[in-house]
Amino acid sequence: MRYIDEFRNGELAKGLAAAIRSIADPARQYRFMEFCGGHTHAISRYGVVDLLPPNVRMIHGPGCPVCVLPIGRIDQAIRLATQHDVILTTYADTMRVPASERLSLLRAKGLGADIRMIYSTLDALAIARENPDREVVFFAIGFETTTPPTAAAILAARAEGLCNFTILCNHVLTPAAMHAILSVPGEALDGFVGPAHVSTVIGSAPYEPFARDYGKPVVIAGFEPLDVMQAIYMLIKQVNEGRAAVENEFTRAVTREGNRKAQALVSKVFELRESFEWRGLGSIPSSALRLRPEFRAFDAEQRFEVPYRSVADVKACACGDILRGIKRPTDCAIFGTACTPENPVGSCMVSSEGACAAYYTYGRFREVAA
Amino acid sequence: MSAQYVRPLDLKRGRVDLSHGAGGRAMAQLIKDLFARELHNEYLAQGDDGARLDNLAGRIVVSTDAHVVSPLFFPGGDIGSLSVNGTINDLAVMGARPLYLAVSFILEEGFSLAELARIVASMAAASRAAGVPVVTGDTKVVERGKGDGVYITTTGVGVVREGIDCSGSRARPGDAILLSGTIGDHGMAIMSVRENLSFDAPIVSDSAPLHEMIAMLLDEVPEVRVMRDATRGGLGTTLNEIARQSGVGMVIDESSIPVRPPVQAACELLGLDPLYVANEGKIVVICPPESAERAVAAMRSHPLGADAARIGEVRADERNFIQMRTALGGGRIVDWLSGEQLPRIC
Repeated sequence: MRYIDEFRNGELAKGLAAAIRSIADPARQYRFMEFCGGHTHAISRYGVVDLLPPNVRMIHGPGCPVCVLPIGRIDQAIRLATQHDVILTTYADTMRVPASERLSLLRAKGLGADIRMIYSTLDALAIARENPDREVVFFAIGFETTTPPTAAAILAARAEGLCNFTILCNHVLTPAAMHAILSVPGEALDGFVGPAHVSTVIGSAPYEPFARDYGKPVVIAGFEPLDVMQAIYMLIKQVNEGRAAVENEFTRAVTREGNRKAQALVSKVFELRESFEWRGLGSIPSSALRLRPEFRAFDAEQRFEVPYRSVADVKACACGDILRGIKRPTDCAIFGTACTPENPVGSCMVSSEGACAAYYTYGRFREVAA
Repeated sequence: MSAQYVRPLDLKRGRVDLSHGAGGRAMAQLIKDLFARELHNEYLAQGDDGARLDNLAGRIVVSTDAHVVSPLFFPGGDIGSLSVNGTINDLAVMGARPLYLAVSFILEEGFSLAELARIVASMAAASRAAGVPVVTGDTKVVERGKGDGVYITTTGVGVVREGIDCSGSRARPGDAILLSGTIGDHGMAIMSVRENLSFDAPIVSDSAPLHEMIAMLLDEVPEVRVMRDATRGGLGTTLNEIARQSGVGMVIDESSIPVRPPVQAACELLGLDPLYVANEGKIVVICPPESAERAVAAMRSHPLGADAARIGEVRADERNFIQMRTALGGGRIVDWLSGEQLPRIC
């Protein structure tokens, strides 16, 4: 397939792997965090780690939309569907995230709640149109990539007077989470592989403080395996040269300014929340969005009585430390035993972008020679 | 007393109603004017509660499969032909010559008789083309809202060929793993209809009866140890099933697994892995390594096996892992699918 196969080419990968080996200083360790679950998935799915020297370690960051969703938020969505009799629409991955009382959206659906999986916010609007006598709530989650489509849906709903459509807003912000990771003491990171799709929207400029103020190199990379390898090469080079800059490997889609139109759409509809609870990272100030006052009519939290209640994670689950890069999935006591993709305890085991699920599914045993 | 007048079936605008399953005249009429007309053969003509099969001898194989596909009609087939081909393939991968089919329909009240007629006609055509008659059947009607139009269960009977011993438990370390063609075609044909995806070259289901291709394979390579059709759960799931049943592991090569470009593109778009997408006309074959070339050539000599390929090797591994060399040059596990394959968010 054109424009895809080129970025998965085994021969090119061999060349890049050799280039990485040739510049990686064997006398030191390199610890890079790929922020995005999309990168985590690509690294595991294509076996990129097998092509890296042992002193280059990839740490899997919190950029997986469902992994950072706290239990209390899923509970809210379930309460909407079960107690307020709404049609709850949501992206697929969210369905299996464990909530309180051994529930998940999937299980709540099995118990009779009207919960529907959708591909696009347009589907949610269509459901609202087809069911004028029902309330339809879109469980809006995700980073900056999924926020503009939600904004567009809100504007469309307002334009056509779709009064039975609201959203439960959980849109979160990438740079805020990166700040949170860097401000918590832990093992030092040597740099970030910066998000692909998120950066197409926000551009590369928002990462400049991480290079300038924290001295961390950031290389924005596409989601294909050769993109990731190229970014790792560029990060090692910066580290070796003692530089910290924002560089862009993903120039075929990302500019410094990003997608101005999408940004305008988002700021028209949303404003910053003072604080938002992330699973594993705790409450982070100014890290999420809510609807602006003039759009509150579309806010499910305003229309329905579903107050947010914070719920502590299961004690044995190490998702918090894993999301911050302090622990590897295999360091968790319940990894692969009590917590598996069939019965996830922590959210990192749910989505294929979650670090634990990626480890479990693709890498818990490897011996194929590279 | 003369036979009471019954209005003829309205195959254009008519709908299934509860009387079509109630055992009365309406049901008799549906059977006579629709099912029997399309599927007629000497066994159905017996008109009894079951079919008497006089000439069965040898090792008999029975297999059954329920079909609940939505949409009912898709590029490359429909639930009718699918239900015939699926059961024929289940028999054929057991090393059996498929001989007879039994079919049961669960119809939803309100289902269009025109669509039902289309489905039954397609079923009859598939059965004739494969030379495997439907010898007995049953129809039930459920209330509106309790079904999805039509569900079809087919059961097949076949006789194992002399000298053939195929089972999912017979894979041995060192054996070669073969695949009869491209993967993901059926599942993505269904998905592209459901999701309204269109491509320059439309994705067509691979639903097909494989018994003739398998017969050619067994003529050349009777020592085949395992055959299994890679249906629900796709190639990845089928390999895991065989590995567990045989108590072995496997190593496969990603670059040797054929995937059609539109299927690959649709999978990319929806965030799905073709390894876990359903097929309805592809089999996995495991045979001794020295037979592999002959087996691939035999499959390739039939149009339904034109893209057959050797994709890997059976290994000793008590954990029954399927490992894959990725096209990039790394390694990964091809695990059991957990739950349904769900599209990713961003």
